[in-house]
Amino acid sequence: MSTLIESAAFRSEPEARALVARIHALATEPVSLMEVCGTHTVAISRFGLRSLMPDGLKLLSGPGCPVCVTPLAEIDRSIAAARMPDVILTTFGDMMRVPGSESSLEREKADGADVRILYGPLEALEIAAANPDREIVFVGVGFETTSPTIAATVAEAKQRGTPNLSVLPFFKTVPAALDLLASIPTRALDGFICPGHVSTIIGSKAYEPVARERNMPCVVVGFEPLDILAGIVMLLEQVEAVRRGTARASVEVQYRRAVTREGNEAAQRLLADVFEPCDAEWREIGTIAGSGYEFSERYRSFDARERLAIEIPETAAVSGCICGEIMLGLKLPTDCSLFAGRCTPRDPVGPCMVSTEGACAAFYKYDRQVS
Amino acid sequence: MKRDGKIKLAHGSGGALMHELVSELIVARLSNPVLDSLDDSAELPDVAGHALDGGRLAFTTDSYVVQPLFFPGGDIGKLAVAGTVNDLAMKGARPAYLTLGLVVEEGLALADLERVLDSVAVTAKDAAVSVVAGDTKVVERGGIGGLIVNTAGIGFIPDGTAVSGGSAAAGDAIIISGTIGDHETAILVAREELRLDEVIESDCACLNGLVEVVLDACDDVHVMRDPTRGGLGTTLNEIASRSNVGITIDERAIPVDRKVRAVCEILGFDPIYMANEGKAIVVAPARAAGAIVEAMRAHPLGREAAVIGEVGGRTGVYLRTLVGGIRPIVMLEGVQLPRIC
Repeated sequence: MSTLIESAAFRSEPEARALVARIHALATEPVSLMEVCGTHTVAISRFGLRSLMPDGLKLLSGPGCPVCVTPLAEIDRSIAAARMPDVILTTFGDMMRVPGSESSLEREKADGADVRILYGPLEALEIAAANPDREIVFVGVGFETTSPTIAATVAEAKQRGTPNLSVLPFFKTVPAALDLLASIPTRALDGFICPGHVSTIIGSKAYEPVARERNMPCVVVGFEPLDILAGIVMLLEQVEAVRRGTARASVEVQYRRAVTREGNEAAQRLLADVFEPCDAEWREIGTIAGSGYEFSERYRSFDARERLAIEIPETAAVSGCICGEIMLGLKLPTDCSLFAGRCTPRDPVGPCMVSTEGACAAFYKYDRQVS
Repeated sequence: MKRDGKIKLAHGSGGALMHELVSELIVARLSNPVLDSLDDSAELPDVAGHALDGGRLAFTTDSYVVQPLFFPGGDIGKLAVAGTVNDLAMKGARPAYLTLGLVVEEGLALADLERVLDSVAVTAKDAAVSVVAGDTKVVERGGIGGLIVNTAGIGFIPDGTAVSGGSAAAGDAIIISGTIGDHETAILVAREELRLDEVIESDCACLNGLVEVVLDACDDVHVMRDPTRGGLGTTLNEIASRSNVGITIDERAIPVDRKVRAVCEILGFDPIYMANEGKAIVVAPARAAGAIVEAMRAHPLGREAAVIGEVGGRTGVYLRTLVGGIRPIVMLEGVQLPRIC
């Protein structure tokens, strides 16, 4: 990291006030906007943006938290891998506390499993080199933001001939999920706050089909408070034009300093080389066609599921929670009867409470007493 | 608390889980009026019935585990002296005597142990405390990271000084002595070997000198706390809950080092919950705040002291964000974990 970016320029209160005034002027009718990125979820809550919105404007959190949409069976599979005697399980930190059917990685670590938190997947290569007699398994959770770094790690492992590194491929991709959200007949959504980080990789063009075919306004938005407020203004202007019938929905980019229409083509090539699209199950939502990655033929040997023959028992769905409806934009966390009672970050029932970036956890931590 | 479980690392993070452990397992068994106040150090009105002339004793203990043992801005020896000195100072006590317990892991380099002990000596001398008793144990290799240090400390609280975590009152100002999050961020960067161009130093320091300056500037200080584990957010929650008051702080007023902010943003950590080892929160009537801040700023350890908020309003801790929004600051549930993206 050579340059530390000053963020003060994106956090000026007078500018924020002007944008908030514009939002109040534009949102004269009820309107619901959805973000689909955990970083947006946290930023909106952390900067208290909901407390600045007009009454009729709802900011919803979609299935944007990679941990939250990871099915129970895949959590169980990670735990089963961690229990294998010769395995070092490596993972991003947010997976540690996620409860599986009967345990969590945090609990397995307390019980003696070798579970290590990584800051970047490339560290797994060093661990593999340092532990030649053990299998290093990386829990591959994440959207297009993280999958390229994991793809790069696997490509490097192949080149080096690293024999003892494999990945549990639980990846998800964003555009197919947005299309599903936009196609719900009873949808209460008026526009998407599209994810900034994911879009640096896939480019804003990835949202053009959903904007065009579902007439759904899309704006790619950055993560600073002024980015988010400016993005909401752009969305509201588009929503108004679409409602009046003076324009069709389109994809706009607020986060121009990082996102182009084409995206990061080198990363896209890498993804296309290492992975191929597959149908993927989204926890509490169901299977979405073409919304995941599995290893391509050339890299299939890196699939930890096959290499380790991990067996897990049948998993039962968590009952009583409305995470699915929350992630589809149909309900708010506070609409759930379990919220902040039976379901808390310490003792979560549903997936949206288990990750810090989950809608319920963010609501619990930041918005609970205010809303 | 689930009784069939096991201790997890999160039980030691200073957050809600640890509070539960302390109150339900420990205090529940050992309860007495002195312990129950749960301040940074215990306040002893007398010793075996013998009262002290002109004041009371402050008594505290703390064990120190840190990886790596040496880090930018300090080491485990400096930390062990400063941490206990600070726990005493936060009660308005003048620290006097320390004990030093060493649990050494087989295989630790003697040179490293010497460096730690040199650091203990220098830090104790600077803080004008004497190490008067000690103990050394060597344990088999495995899991303690080379060295664990325990210190206990005794200090003297002069009559007229009554500082406690439960004394914050409506109309008080919240003051912080400088930038937050430096220690934990420095440790994180050192431990994970994150390759940065600039060094982040721990703020590890003895605060008894700064505390004297504060008490000279204001004879009506209500609360002093050092926001160590769990950071500013957790400590303010403890103050609010023990004093049964509301606290609102202003994000723009909270000093955060540029480098610390950048590292936290990248990893998804909130500096408000990052540990400090050389910072004091002072709660005092608003009319005295100007004089306290001025006095602190004249001291080398308080140059960036600032009023960051006030006591009042509904119960709980709230943050006025940089862009004017309001959100609650709750107690962390466990350790902060680095996020995926």
